[in-house]
Amino acid sequence: MKKIILFFLTLIFFSSCGDQVECCVYPEPVNVTLKFTQNWDGVPVTSSDFNDFKFTNLHGETISISDLRYLLSTITVGSKIKNYQLINIGENTGLQLNFEQIEQGTSILKFRFGFADADNKDGEYQDLNSVSFNVPGMLGGGYHYMQFDGKYKDTNNQDANFNYHTLRAVNRADPSKLIFQDTSFEVDLGTVEITNNATIEIKMNIAEWFKNPNTWNLNQLNTVLMPNFEAQKLMSANGKSVFSLGAITQ
Amino acid sequence: MTKKFLYLLSFFLLINCASKEEEIYTPIPYNLEIPALFANKLIAPVIPSNNPLTQEGVALGKKLFFDKILSGDETQSCASCHNPKKSFTDNQQLSDGINGLLGTRNSMPLFNLAWNFDERFAWDGKEFGLEKQALEPVSNPIEMHANWKNIAQKLQEHPEYPTLFLQAFGNLNIDSVAVTKAIAQFERTLISGNSKFDNYLKGEAILTSEEQNGFAIFMDEAKGDCFHCHGSDNNPLWTDNKFHNNGLDATFTDLGFGNITGDPADNGKFRSPSIRNLVFTAPYMHDGRFTTLEEVINHYSEGLQRSSTLDPLMKKVNQGGVNLTTKEKADLKAFLVSLSDFDFVNNPDFQE
Repeated sequence: MKKIILFFLTLIFFSSCGDQVECCVYPEPVNVTLKFTQNWDGVPVTSSDFNDFKFTNLHGETISISDLRYLLSTITVGSKIKNYQLINIGENTGLQLNFEQIEQGTSILKFRFGFADADNKDGEYQDLNSVSFNVPGMLGGGYHYMQFDGKYKDTNNQDANFNYHTLRAVNRADPSKLIFQDTSFEVDLGTVEITNNATIEIKMNIAEWFKNPNTWNLNQLNTVLMPNFEAQKLMSANGKSVFSLGAITQ
Repeated sequence: MTKKFLYLLSFFLLINCASKEEEIYTPIPYNLEIPALFANKLIAPVIPSNNPLTQEGVALGKKLFFDKILSGDETQSCASCHNPKKSFTDNQQLSDGINGLLGTRNSMPLFNLAWNFDERFAWDGKEFGLEKQALEPVSNPIEMHANWKNIAQKLQEHPEYPTLFLQAFGNLNIDSVAVTKAIAQFERTLISGNSKFDNYLKGEAILTSEEQNGFAIFMDEAKGDCFHCHGSDNNPLWTDNKFHNNGLDATFTDLGFGNITGDPADNGKFRSPSIRNLVFTAPYMHDGRFTTLEEVINHYSEGLQRSSTLDPLMKKVNQGGVNLTTKEKADLKAFLVSLSDFDFVNNPDFQE
């Protein structure tokens, strides 16, 4: 009897092991490259399009872009997270971000535009200090989210400057008691199905910065926007429709 | 007999090898003393892997920097236009070469060059890398006007230089590459980071109310808005080393960066100089047009000229600039002066 029981126990044990081996055959992890592209209402924009009055915003101002660089943080693909990425269109740097060892299957894809307050530590990031991306201490320090500079044709058809700089909003009505509002925001691009090494395009529609929900009038809001509490909130609101998921090749 | 011959042969072979080993001199690595503020705030300086700093290389570079042997008639050295007492510039609007001909640009001060991360040097960014930059003034007809082959020959026949080159670079032939490598090594040691303002940031000095107010004007987008191009308390280089049209002229006689890139959008752009050590480096701007710091501040306050490539950061151009008050201008100057590094200009390691 004991022998029979032992036989059955052994049989069950080995059967169980067999099942485990089958369950542990996972697909190989893959590499994913995020590719950041820019467009103006669907028309691709690169550094070669800069310094030319070739864009028109929703309000009707003709625009020439001189500089455009922006920061994304907590960039997440599946279970992998990269701290931050500075993308400089004029200098063609930071346009790609590589992730290694991404599990195949369904991966979430999201990031934050700018730094969340907890990560927006003044002077903390040497690479960002080295390219002068800082925000002055009088505005609470930390870093810009975006520096977008250029020119527009004003109501007299003269060239006028704009500095569409975004950062954590600060109310300086009482300089001894600054009031901050975190105007960075998360961009959740949903999930993507990863089946191989992949390149995922993340698109920025620059025109959206001037469009939705606030139609931007550059004749009214053009420069010295960094200390402008209300302008920062408006820019943050407009930014939320700027990014979208583009082509996925794998 | 054959065995004896083989023993002797092996013996001489080994002796020969040993004496060759003795000839090889290994230069001693140079320990670059990076100020704590730089180490904390900035990424690592640029030091090419094919030209690491060595004590022998830096010493040789210093000797060459001050040696008039590098000019055609041996009347000028690099230091003639880059005087250490003047923060390695001169006080001329435009510098004259060995034939008395004037250049077209103001001599740039030299410090913190290893932190020019883009490695574009000169006012117009025409030279990529410090080694390459050092090549040009030596042969430029309106500067040192020398022939590199003649210089190499003179250095080769010199009583000291062949040994110094051997120690710095091994068995390299003395040529323009070796000379400029040595000069670049010396130039990378020229670090300025010990001004009153640096000490203030380290908690070792107190600013006057004028200096504090001047710093606030510098950092205020609604006032001076200088920080976008000229660094900040978080960027101790006090420059972005980028190219900007800062509104000097409505039309350009000197295209600057545009002449290098060939892009009309770059016309009239010049590299932002550091605002460290301004008390030593007058006159100012790429063509030395401003004699005093007051003139410089007045330019940004009221003197901006409109042009197609004017940098968008140059605000209120319709009013001529940011329109600072007399008091604000004085305070801004006080802050700028607080970035003077007297230890740098008096550092014995940098003198002839």
